[in-house]
Amino acid sequence: MGEVKLFFGPNHPGMHGNFSVHMYVEGDTVVKARPLPGFLHRGFEKLMERRLWYQNLALIPRICVPEPDINEVVYALAVEKLANVEVPERAQWIRMIVLELARIAVHLMSMAGIGGPLGLYTGPYWGIADRDRILDIFENLSGARIYHMYIVPGGVRKDMTPKVQEMIVKFLDYLEGRLPEFENLIFKNRIVQTRLRGIALLDRETALEMGVTGIGLRATGVPYDIRKVDPYLYYDKVDFEVPTATEGDAFSRVYLKFREIPQSIKIIRQCLERMPEGKVNVPISEGNALRFRVPKGSVYVHVEASRGEYGYYVVSDGGEKPYRIVVRGASYPQTLYGIEKYLPGTRIEDVPIWLDTMGVCAPEVDR
Amino acid sequence: MANNTIPKKEFFAPIKAWKYMFRKPVTIKVPYVKREAAERYRGFHVNDWNECIGCATCAKICPTDAIKMVEVDDLPHEYGKKPQRPVIDYGRCSFCAMCVDICTTGSLKMTREYIHISPKPEDFVFAPTEKGIHGVDEVPIGWVRDDDSDLLELERVEMEMIEGEERAKSFIEYVKGYSKEKAMHEAARCVECALCTDRCPQHMQIPEYIKAIWKDDLKDALRWLLKGDESNNMLGANPFSAVCGRVCTHRCEEACSIGNRGEAIAIRWLKRYIVDNVPEYEKVLDDIKPAKKDKKVAIVGSGPAGLSAAYFLATMGYEVEVFEALSKPGGVMRYGIPSYRLPDEALDKDISFIQALGVKIHVGVSVGKEIPLQKLKEQFDAVFVSTGFTLGRSTNVPGTEHEDVIQALPLLREIRDYLRGEGPKPKIPKSLVVIGGGNVAMDVARSMARLQNMEYGSVDVKVTCLERNYEEMPADMEEIEEGLEEGVKFYPGWGPVRIIIDDDKVKGVELKKCVEVFDENKRFNPKFDEEQKLYLDADMVVEAIGQAPDYSYLPEELKEKLEFVRGRILTNEYRQTSIEWLFAGGDIVNGPDIIHGVADGYWAARGIDEFLTKGGK
Repeated sequence: MGEVKLFFGPNHPGMHGNFSVHMYVEGDTVVKARPLPGFLHRGFEKLMERRLWYQNLALIPRICVPEPDINEVVYALAVEKLANVEVPERAQWIRMIVLELARIAVHLMSMAGIGGPLGLYTGPYWGIADRDRILDIFENLSGARIYHMYIVPGGVRKDMTPKVQEMIVKFLDYLEGRLPEFENLIFKNRIVQTRLRGIALLDRETALEMGVTGIGLRATGVPYDIRKVDPYLYYDKVDFEVPTATEGDAFSRVYLKFREIPQSIKIIRQCLERMPEGKVNVPISEGNALRFRVPKGSVYVHVEASRGEYGYYVVSDGGEKPYRIVVRGASYPQTLYGIEKYLPGTRIEDVPIWLDTMGVCAPEVDR
Repeated sequence: MANNTIPKKEFFAPIKAWKYMFRKPVTIKVPYVKREAAERYRGFHVNDWNECIGCATCAKICPTDAIKMVEVDDLPHEYGKKPQRPVIDYGRCSFCAMCVDICTTGSLKMTREYIHISPKPEDFVFAPTEKGIHGVDEVPIGWVRDDDSDLLELERVEMEMIEGEERAKSFIEYVKGYSKEKAMHEAARCVECALCTDRCPQHMQIPEYIKAIWKDDLKDALRWLLKGDESNNMLGANPFSAVCGRVCTHRCEEACSIGNRGEAIAIRWLKRYIVDNVPEYEKVLDDIKPAKKDKKVAIVGSGPAGLSAAYFLATMGYEVEVFEALSKPGGVMRYGIPSYRLPDEALDKDISFIQALGVKIHVGVSVGKEIPLQKLKEQFDAVFVSTGFTLGRSTNVPGTEHEDVIQALPLLREIRDYLRGEGPKPKIPKSLVVIGGGNVAMDVARSMARLQNMEYGSVDVKVTCLERNYEEMPADMEEIEEGLEEGVKFYPGWGPVRIIIDDDKVKGVELKKCVEVFDENKRFNPKFDEEQKLYLDADMVVEAIGQAPDYSYLPEELKEKLEFVRGRILTNEYRQTSIEWLFAGGDIVNGPDIIHGVADGYWAARGIDEFLTKGGK
C-alpha cells in the first residue's frame, strides 16, 4: 500500500481550532506531517499598530479564546513598564486572581478536550459545566464571560466587589470537592491510561531545543515556570508548587494540568486573604484615553500561560499607538516545529491526542 | 512527580460517575428559563437623550468603529450640544464598554439585556435611547462608568498666577502662562468634539490647534489660529490671538464637553501658550501673497472689529487704511482693558502683525472732525465703521454732576495712559465706590485697588450693583473672585439714591435695597425696597453701568438711511448696512466682546469682498 495524503482539519472534531495538518500516511502510520496555519490569520500584530493604546484592549484578548486574560496582563504589564507606572496593590492581587481563575478554566476545558479524542464524553460535559461557573464569576467581575477586557494598563477597570469574592470562595470549595471525581472519571480510568500512557513522547533535549515551555517542558522534568523563574505581579509573595513529571508522555501532560488546579486554588485563596483595600486604577498617561501616550522604548514581558511562556515584545515610538508588538505564542514551537518533527511515526488515532496535550492553539501561530 | 503518584488504574473508579444519572441537570432550559445577567453585564446600550450632547467621543474611542453619529432633525440646536446621536452597529460592536467609560456626560450606559432576535439585519443597527433595544420602560442597567473606569481627565492643569495680595501691588500681568509640559498635558484632555468651535462667534478651529499643541507642533497651531480653515475662506482665523488668549470671554469653555462632568479645557490659556511660544510669529504668513486688487477700503476705528476687518481684507489683496481718533491703535484693547490682564506687548504683537500685511493705520485722525465720512466715501470703494461704545451712561441720581463722580471709560483710559508714561497721574481717592456689576466695573475696581496700593499701601474699593448676588452679576465669576482676593469689597443688591456731597466734597453714596432686577418678562425693571438703606463712604464715585455709542460722525442724511435697533446699527449677515458701501461691526452692531468684534470683521471683509467683486458702488 502506498502513501496517502490525509488532510486533517481545519474542520474536524479532533482538531484544535482553525488549524490544519497535511499528513502523508502509510497504513495507519504517519510518514510525514506538515502544519498548515493561516486559517485564523487576522493580523493581530498589525492591527494593534493602528489602534490607540487603550483601544487595543478590545483586540488583544482575541489572540487566545480560552484564556484571554493572559493577553490583557501581558499588554498591561508591558505598557506599565514603558510608562513607568506604579499600579495600585489591590489591582495586582485582583489580576492574580483573574489569571489563576482563567488557568483553572483552561485546565477544566482540557479535561473536556481530552475526552473528545478518547471518546470519553462525560469529561467534556463535566469540564465545560464547571468552567461555566468560572465564567459566571467573570461575568460578575468584569461584565463579560469570555472577553473580559478587564485588566487594563494601570490596573483593572473596576473593583472586585465582596459579592464576587464570596462567589470565588464558594466556587473554590465546590471545585475542591469535585477534583476527586475528575480523578476517578478520567485519570483512574483504564481506557484513558491505556490510551495516553507512553503516547506522544517528548524528550527533554528536544523540548529545550525547540523552545517548548509550560506543561510540555515540565512533563520532562524541567521545573520551568515563569511564575517562579521571573516572578511577575506578586507571585513571589505567594506560596505554591510547580508540579513536574519525568515521563514526557501525553498522560503526564494532562495529569500535570490536573495537578496545577489545586495550586491555583491555593494561590487564589492567598490572594483573597492578602488583598488590601484601595484604588484599583491609575491613568497610564496624562489626558484622556484618546490621547494616552507611552514613552519611547521597547520591552519584553512574559507570563506563564496554561500552555507555557506567553510574551509580548512591545515597541513604542512615544506616540499614541504602539509602533510594533510581537506576540510570543506559548504553543508556537510545538505547533510549527513539533508537528513536523514528532508526528512522523505516530498512528493516526494518536495525532489528536498529541495535538491536544501539546496545547496546539491556532491563533497563537496566526496572530 | 514520582512514578508512584500517578493514579493506578481502577475498574470501578469511573463507574462512580453513574451516581449523576439521578441528579438534576446543571443546564437551564432556554428559552423557558430566562437567565439574568450579572449586575455589571455589558449588554445592549441605553442612552439618555436628554443628557447626551452628541459630542461623538463614544464614536472616537470605539475600537471596532461600530458607532456612527447620525443627525437627528427634531433635536434643538443649542450651544454645547450637537443635534446628533450615536447609532451602534451590533454587527461590529465588541461590547467593550469603552464608549460608556469615556462618555462626557454619562448618558451612555449598558444594560443587562443580551438577547435580541430579528430576521432583519437592519434591526441590529440602532440608536439607543433610554428605553433600550426592546423599547421597554424599565431597562435593567448593567455596566456604568465609575471613578475607577473613567477614561477622561476631569481636572484642569493648574495655571500659575501671582497671589492676590502680591499682584494687587502692581499692574504686572499676573497670569503667568502655561509651560510646555503643562500646555501639552492640558491639550491631552481634549476629546475634539468641536462644541467649542460651534459656540465661538468666530468659529475658531479650537480642536485643531489644541491637537497641534498636543503634538508639539506650534507652527501648525499658530497657522490654525491666524489662518483658520484655509480651505474654507479662513473661517475661524483670529488676528487677535494674543489678545484673546488673555482676555477673551471664552464662551467656548462654557460649551466644552469635558465641562459636563469636570473642568472645561483651558482653551483660552492654550491659545495664549501658542502665541507666546512661537518665536518667528511673522513668518507664519510668509505664504500670504495675495494678488493685489485695485480697490481701497477705509476702516473707521481701530478696535478688534476694525483691525480684524483690515487683516482679512489685506489677506484678500485689498488696500486698507484705518483711521483712529486716539493716539494709538487698539481701541478698547488699548484703552479699556487694564494692563494687568492685557499688557501692551501682547496687543502690539497682534497689531504689528496686521501692519506687516500692509495695512496703513492713521492715528490721531478723527473721522467726522478732521475728515468727514463723505470724503472717505469718495476716496475709497467701501467703508467699514467700528467705532465702538465710547460714551458712558450715568445713573443720573442727584450728585452725579459733581466732578469727583466720573465715568469708567475715561478713567480707564487715563490710567492706561499714565502707566504707559503718556499722561498725567489720575486722581487716586483714598476710598472709592464703583457703581456697576459688569466687567468694566471690575476693571475699574481692580485697577484702582492697585493704584491705591501703590499710593497709600492699602485698598479701599467698594463695588455696588443692582444684581443681588455674584451669580446674577454680569461680570465673570473669576473677575469677582480675583477682585475679592485683591481686597475689593462687594455690595451686591443695592441701587444708588444720591451721592452724598458735603462742603462740595463727595462723602459717600446713599443706597437702597434692590429686591428684583428683572421682571417676569426678563426685562430690566428693578424694584426697590425704599426702607432699607445703606451708606458707603467714598471720596470718589465711578459709574460703570454701561456704555453707549457715539454716532456724531455720521452725517444726518446717512443717519436717516440707516436702521437702528436699540442703539445698534442693523446689518445683514455680511455686516452690510442699508447703505450698500457702508459696512459696520463691533459694539455698534453686535457686541459685547472682542471675539464678536473679530467675527464682525471677518464677515464684513467677506461682505466687502463680495460687494466689490460684483462691481462696487
